[in-house]
Order: sequence, then structure tokens, then C-alpha cells
Amino acid sequence: MSMNNQGRPSSAGEAVQNGIATISGDRGLDHEEALIFELGHGAVGVDLPDVEVSDDRLAGLRRKGAIGLPGLSEPEVVRHYVRLSRMNYAIDSGLYPLGSCTMKHNPRLNEKMARLPGFGDLHPLSPQSTAQGALELISQLMNWLTTLTGMPAVAMSPKAGAHGELCGLLAIRAAIAARGENRTRVLVPESAHGTNPATAAFAGFTVDEVPAKPNGHVDAEALKAKLGPDVAAIMLTNPNTCGLFEGEVKEIADAVHAAGAYFYCDGANFNAIAGKVRPGDLGVDAMHINLHKTFSTPHGGGGPGAGPVVLSERLAPYAPIPLLVADGKSFRLIEDMAAVPAGARPFGRMCAFHGQMGMFVRALTYMLSHGRDGVRQASEDAVLSANYILASLKDVMSAPYGDGPCMHEALFDDHFLDGTGVTTLDFAKAMIDEGYHPMTMYFPLVVHGAMLIEPTESESKDSLDRFIHVLRSLAAEAQAGKTERFAGAPRLAPRRRLDETAAARKPVLRFKPDPLQEAAE
Amino acid sequence: MRYLPLTADDRRAMLARIGASDVDALFRDVPQAAMAPLSAFHLPDTQGELEVERALSRLAAKNVAAGAAPFFCGAGAYKHHVPSSVDHLIQRSEFLTSYTPYQPEIAQGTLQYLFEFQTQVALLTGMDVANASLYDGSTATAEAVLMAQRITRRGKAILSGGLHPHYAETVETVAGLLGPMIRSAVTPGLPEDIIALIDEETACVVVQSPDVFGLIRNLKPIADAAHAKGALLVAVVTEAVSFGLLEPPGAQGADIVAAEGQSIGNGLNFGGPYVGLFATREKFLRQMPGRLCGETVDVEGRRGYVLTLSTREQHIRREKATSNICTNSGLCTLAFTIHLSLLGEEGLTRLARINHAKASALADMLSALPGIEVLTPSFFNEFTVRLPGPAAAVVDRLVEKGVIAGVPVSRLLPHDKSVEDLLIVAVTETNTDDDFAALTSALQGALA
Amino acid sequence: MSEVRYTDQHEWISLEGDEATVGITKYAAENLGDVVFVELPASGKTVSAGGEAAVVESVKAASDIYAPAGGTVTAANTALEKEPSKVNEDPEGAGWFFKMKLADKAEFAKLMDSAAYAKFVESL
Repeated sequence: MSMNNQGRPSSAGEAVQNGIATISGDRGLDHEEALIFELGHGAVGVDLPDVEVSDDRLAGLRRKGAIGLPGLSEPEVVRHYVRLSRMNYAIDSGLYPLGSCTMKHNPRLNEKMARLPGFGDLHPLSPQSTAQGALELISQLMNWLTTLTGMPAVAMSPKAGAHGELCGLLAIRAAIAARGENRTRVLVPESAHGTNPATAAFAGFTVDEVPAKPNGHVDAEALKAKLGPDVAAIMLTNPNTCGLFEGEVKEIADAVHAAGAYFYCDGANFNAIAGKVRPGDLGVDAMHINLHKTFSTPHGGGGPGAGPVVLSERLAPYAPIPLLVADGKSFRLIEDMAAVPAGARPFGRMCAFHGQMGMFVRALTYMLSHGRDGVRQASEDAVLSANYILASLKDVMSAPYGDGPCMHEALFDDHFLDGTGVTTLDFAKAMIDEGYHPMTMYFPLVVHGAMLIEPTESESKDSLDRFIHVLRSLAAEAQAGKTERFAGAPRLAPRRRLDETAAARKPVLRFKPDPLQEAAE
Repeated sequence: MRYLPLTADDRRAMLARIGASDVDALFRDVPQAAMAPLSAFHLPDTQGELEVERALSRLAAKNVAAGAAPFFCGAGAYKHHVPSSVDHLIQRSEFLTSYTPYQPEIAQGTLQYLFEFQTQVALLTGMDVANASLYDGSTATAEAVLMAQRITRRGKAILSGGLHPHYAETVETVAGLLGPMIRSAVTPGLPEDIIALIDEETACVVVQSPDVFGLIRNLKPIADAAHAKGALLVAVVTEAVSFGLLEPPGAQGADIVAAEGQSIGNGLNFGGPYVGLFATREKFLRQMPGRLCGETVDVEGRRGYVLTLSTREQHIRREKATSNICTNSGLCTLAFTIHLSLLGEEGLTRLARINHAKASALADMLSALPGIEVLTPSFFNEFTVRLPGPAAAVVDRLVEKGVIAGVPVSRLLPHDKSVEDLLIVAVTETNTDDDFAALTSALQGALA
Repeated sequence: MSEVRYTDQHEWISLEGDEATVGITKYAAENLGDVVFVELPASGKTVSAGGEAAVVESVKAASDIYAPAGGTVTAANTALEKEPSKVNEDPEGAGWFFKMKLADKAEFAKLMDSAAYAKFVESL
């Protein structure tokens, strides 16, 4: 069998009772909160007239049973979700050093602009004459994306990074088919994010892993040796998942092109180089851009994202519909495969309508606010802050690639915890008690007990210094054998460690009323 | 730049600690030829909040918002009233600026509302389990077909002609790699004979109800016929408010339900972001794509929630994952959950009845106009009419009169001459009697 | 009396007469952590040596279990579907995965014996 070699333990720590018992079960500002289904009592949070309707036009398919939704008034609903919100960590409340996630400040101007009725209340199929401002906005954003990446074209409809990857690989598939070739293999470095191989398989390719070198870079020689007439593409993340820039990227791209394959770049880490380096200058054929990372659209607890894909001259003709074209001063969406301009050969459609417009408004607002100089400064500050953390911690925490500079994130492993009995997970959970969200753990997979720290450009030097002080102190305590605060951490969060094993063995995925209690009522 | 906290002094001090002469020394792995100077980017420089707001507002003002005119567009996106508290709550920092809840101890807020969302979706659709959402209804439909292909180990899918054409194209693009996608012919307003197309190679039949023309479809006979051949029924719903009035797909034999949740809690946003609802039977749970939240306890025995069954997903399973999806529609999911909590049983069923009553009233008014025929005998809040000439031209003429009359079918099926005169008209609780009067009089003028 | 052999992928296989039983080793079970789910092969499935035969999942990992030798699956331990924890509790006993009829017993003979496997684990 294949083994879990990332050093990740899979069971929770032992129970340690903590805190003073209160009568209510709440603790000061920390309120316990039941499920909305347990709070419902037949009230209603909207005022709507009770209209009777006939069955004449319902085809005999009028709902027979009740749905089972709880009824609450507006103040109850507001309180419920406010209380839930207070159980969440957020960028607005503290440093959020999740490597590869780019948790930067989300300007509120973005939110305000996305809610202008001309954008937020615009129907996707409203006549195009009534949506010219929206199309112009998309066109402006396309110009920013192509200029920043040095690429000639961009497909706007993908709804998230993974969707963008799929779009890029489907364009590659279409380009290969148009050449009358059959290429089935996609090369993916073993350090890649799991979505890369998943996408390649989704797009119908087989995945061939390329090893990393001991210095954290992809093994360019091994990669070149794997090239052949059946290779469709490579998927390379640059800067890579170890936080390093792949310096041999141009030679790799040239070799890939010489072998008749395409270079897909995972743009997850574009925040390190936006306004400094153009992927188009590196031989990239396709790259998705996570607007929710680099361009500050909110992560929102896991979405929605947006993943436009920039395309090289060779792949541009295969971009999916809809296509946006400018006719003089007006803009037009081409939504029909058969009506595309000469030379265009769209591979299909990624989704209904035209992509994540709400995210486009926010991203363009960010870009206009920063300007090209601000985007460049942001990248420099992100890289500077990550290097500052690396330089400030590498004497107490082991950094596998600590010799050279990193890009926008600093990678550590768990060697500094050897013999302490403290794991990466314990260390990270102890950070929660110190008021910090943990860094990304156990990723990338090529490093044992990985800890990946991405501070972004949004932190002040004071904030970075406080964070560094806490991590240095935690490392020193672990190494001095003072491990009490690690075992079973966190103790001061809304919940202690949760039993993920029980959750997976007997999945409970929805609320069901307790039958005994129901009967009693 | 107002979003960047580091000062020039900070940067100097930090470079000194690092031991780098300047920031470009940190980019030393980048080939020198690839370092682009600022002048390489022909883009504007930093602007203040006032200037940016002005520029964006100017663009927004060029659009006609749905609320600014008598408005009747639907076909997969619907204008509904969203209570003010929804948008207020989803903008709370703790929801807006948090990440995927990978650290459950400090993400119970997100996890609990996902659990509530999953329960709501399962209840609405009449299914056993629902995931924490996908991108939107169209991509959820594509994922449903892929899931059916995995379960049945068959490639072929039959797509109803009443399936939204954008959805059909999305499915064909992705699932078409694994087998033939057969689109059945349809006459708008009439149920098609889709059962005849199902055979032993069919993985699933995909039927939308109400369909893109508004027609309510009886799914039960199609489900029975599919099951008899070992195929699955994928039921698609683009108007989530219809769950408040119509028999859910789960009660009609659907195996997978893919739906668009935009109607509840979310604005039109010119097509996105929206929220894909995805529900299925318990027995297919392990083949389901996307994030799932489950109930458990912490080490002190307190109830809590975690992401679970994640071995199905890309970050663990890599190329063997059920999908490459890494996100859900987080905030849109939250908006859906809060709006539905405000509605409750009574609110949703009332809202659904209002929608149907208003649509019925307009259908009656339009069918009384000479030259206009209502084609859909049954519908929820959207129906299709035949005009005496090409609908797109009529819609354009009505835009000049300040009325947005609906979606011409030719916008969705540009090559089918037989549907050129058809217009899809959607009516919601936001439409008033004045809107109806404006539409009927503008139509009469345009058709005279 | 059955004979037990081991693979470098941490499966064990015991042979008694014509029928072999396959599971994962104690070392593997410990490294995997709490098992939450198993996917077992259907009876009658033919497997080749080193081919994917079953899947075992913990919360954070999914691992393929490879057939130690080629043959035909004759039974699966369906008790694990309800109680995957048996894999942790008794990996080399009640936590077995499937039984199979070997196509070629020579393949079995080539595998590591317990002493060789113990040495192999020590080297990791």
C-alpha cells in the first residue's frame, strides 16, 4: 500500500478539561449557538401576503408534504448568524499566514463597487445594449490581466482557480486535436498542489509525476527526460509550492515547446511577481489567475473565487465561449459557437453566462486603486515580508531551503521539533491559543511536516515582529521540553480539537430531529 | 498606497535583517531578462478611493439595472427581493475575510452554516444528502453527469431539449470527453419523448423542471424508465424558489439534483458569482464531488463541525479525486442560508405562491393580446410566448421604451429558426401591476 | 498451518492450501492512523501482482492496497465496511481485507518472510 509519509498524525490529542463552568454554558462574549433548526418556533422573518393559487397550471405537481424549514423572526436570525460569525478567525481580526492562500487585506471599496445596482442588479441575459458598462469593465480587466502577464489573450469565464486549470487544459487538448495529434500524458511535479493532477485527469490525460530536487526546485533534467511525442503539457507552479522561483523556467519552456507540448503555469502564486515579472516572457502558454488571491476579492470562508486564464498566441483561438469583442465604441458578447470570428475555434463552454462578474468588479477596483506601481510595490512587500520571516526564524525553526531568498512564502519543516514529542499539528494548534491562525501545514507534500508561512503585503512591521516573537518563543519552549501548551492545544478557541475520525466513520451530514424528542412533543 | 502598511524605513530595516542590498536581490532566482521594469506595464498609477469610485460608478451607470425598469428576464437567473439583513450579515469580517475552514477550532461559524445549508438543500430537494455547494447550477449539472458516469461506468448522457442551452453546452464540454452527449429534440411547451432515447449504455438522463421554457415536467416516468435500464435521473432546477410550491425532485425518483441557488439570497451580478446546489441519495455519497461538512464532537465532548470525507477530494486523492474542485461558493452559500432562514417554511411557500400567482396573471394578460400565444400550459414563474415576429427585435424595440421584456429564445438557441419568435418571460414578487401595464402596452405598441 | 509473506508496500498475505488472505501490516496500520473507510474488491475480480486491489482511508490519506500476487478474489471482509476500526485493532487478524486464489504460487514464494520484512521496516 502507499503510505502517509507527510508525518501527519490523524487522531486528536487527549482531553484536558479547562475553564470555569458557567450556568448558561456561554463564556462572556463567547456564546454557544444551537442549529437554526433547533431554534425555529414557527415565527417568520419576512412579511409576505398569503396568496392562494389554483392547481390549473401546476401539472399536478404541487408539493404535497411540508419542507421542514424552521421559522424565525428577523432579530433571531440576525443574532444567530452574528453569533456564528464570532466563532471564526478572519484577516480583519488577525494575521492569517496560510501559505499558498494569499490572505491579504480585502478593501471594502471593492464590496461597495460590486453592489452598485449597475453591476449587482444586472441580469446576465439583459439585452447587450443595456449592459455596455459591464462589458467595458470586463474589457478593462482583460487589459489589466493581459498587460500584467504579458500574454495576448484571456478567457474570463472560469469560476475558480481549479476551473481555470481545467479551461487551460481543455484549450491545450483542443489545440493538440487541431494538429491531428494524440498526446495523452501531462507532467506534474510531485510538489504540485493536488488540484493539478486532479485537473489533468479530469481533462482526460494521464499524470506523470516529476521529482523535486533536494533544493526544492523541480528537477529540470528529469522533466526534460520525460518529454516525448505523447506529452501534451507540463503543469508547473511558479513561484513553486515551496515558495521558490523556478529559475530554469525558460529552458524548461523551450524544451517543452521543442517537444511539441504546452506549458501550463499554475498562477496561484502570482502575488509574488505581479508587476515585476511577466509570465508571457517565460514561455507560458496558459495560466489561471486567482482573483481571490492576487487581486483581493474576499475568500469568503471558501469562495466564491474567480479564475480567468491568460493564453498564449498558440492557445488563444481555442478559448471557450462567450467571447468579448469591441465593435468601435460598443462591446458585444459572442455566445454562440458558430458565430465566432474567423480563426476562433472555441473548445466549448465552461459555465452558464459570462463568469464571476461580481469578482471582476472587485478585482478591477483593487487594480485601479493600486495602479501598476502599487501592484508592483505589493509584490515586493509580500516577498520582503516572507524573507523577513524566514531570516528571523530560520535559526530556531528548520528551513529546508533557508539559504537562498524565498518568494512570497517561507517554508519550514518539522526537524526543529525532532525529539520534542511536539508535531507540526501541535505546534500549529498552539498558535491558535496565541491568537493566530496557523500556517499551511503538511503542504507541500515533498517536505516532512511542512509549515508554509505567507504573510502577504498587508502586515505592518510591528505585526510581523509580534508574530516572529511568538513563533520563536513557541519553538524555544518545545525545544526546552516545555510541551504542556502543545499537547491538546488549542484550549482557548471556541472548540478544542475535533474528532475527525468519528466524523468520517459515521458521517452526519445534515440535521435530523431527535425522534424521541419529537415523539415527546 | 493606502493598503500597504510598510514604510520606507520599515523596508530598509527589514532588508538589513535579511542581509539583502535591495528588494531585487530577493528576486535573484528570476532570470534577469525576465525582470520587467515598471515602464513595461502600460497601465494607470495608484488612485485614491474617490477617483476609483468615480471611474467604477461611471461604468455602472451605463448599465440598466433590473430594478430600474419593468423587468422580465429569467432563463437561469432571477430578480428577487433579498432582505437587507442578508447582505449586512455576509459582510461581517468574520465571514467575508476568512478562509476555507481547515482549522475547525476557529472556523465553527463557517462550518455550522455549511451544515445548516446542507440540511436546507437536502430538505428542499427531497434528497438524503447535499454538499456544501458547487460554483453554480451549470457546473453542478456537469458534475452530476460526471458522477453518474462514475457510478454506472457508462459514458452516454441524454440531455433534455428543455435543459438550459448554456447548461447543455457546459455538460458537453466536460462530460463529453467520456461519452456521447445526446440532446433530445423538444417543442417548447410540450414534454418531449425522452424515454425512447434511454438504452443500456446510458449513464443518465438530464431533465430540467421547470424547463428553460418554463414548463413543469413530470419526472417520475422518466426516472422509472431510466432505472429500468440501469441509468440515473439527474434533475436540474434553475429557479430555487420553485421548491416552495412544486413537488421536489427527490419525491419523483431523481438520483442526483443539480440546481442554481441564486434566487435565494443572491443578486443577479451579471451571471456570477452564484451558488450550485448538489444533492443525492445516501448510497451515492462517496461518489459525490465537492466539500462536505459533518457533525462531530471535540475532545471535551462538545458538538462541533468539520470538513469530512475529504479523501474524495483533490488535495488528498490527486488524480483519482471525484472532482478537481477546491472551493465552494462560500459567501453565496451563506447568503442562501440566511435568506432561507428568514423565509422559513411559511415565507418560502408564500413567496413561491406569489411568484406563481403573478406569473399566471401576466400570462393571462398576454394571451389576451392579439398575436401573442402563451405556449407553456404549466409553469412556475416563467413561461414562453410566441410573438408575431422575431422576439429579439421586439425586445430591442421595448428597451427603447424602457421595458426589458424577457429573454428571446434566439439568444440561447441562435440557430433554430423555429424558435426565433419565442420570448421567455419571467415574473417574480418584485414585479408590480404597473410593470405588467408597461409591458402589455409597450408590446401592443411594438406589435401594432 | 499457514505461511505468511510480506510486500515492500506493507501488505501481508497468508496462504493456507489454495486460499490466500491479504491485509495490511501492523506497521502500515499504525502509520496510516485511524482507518475510517475501506473499499473492497468484488468476489471474482482478477488482480495482478502489484495491481490495485482495495483502498484504505484515514481522515487525511487514501491509500491503495496492492495485490501481493496475481489471482482471483474469492471473498472480501465486509465486516470492515461497518467497522473499519478493526484494521487498527487487529490488522494482521480480524482486519484482513480479502481472500484470493493465487494464479501462480511462485509469486507468493518470492515475497519477503517475516524476518526479511522486519529488517525492511527497520531500514525505513
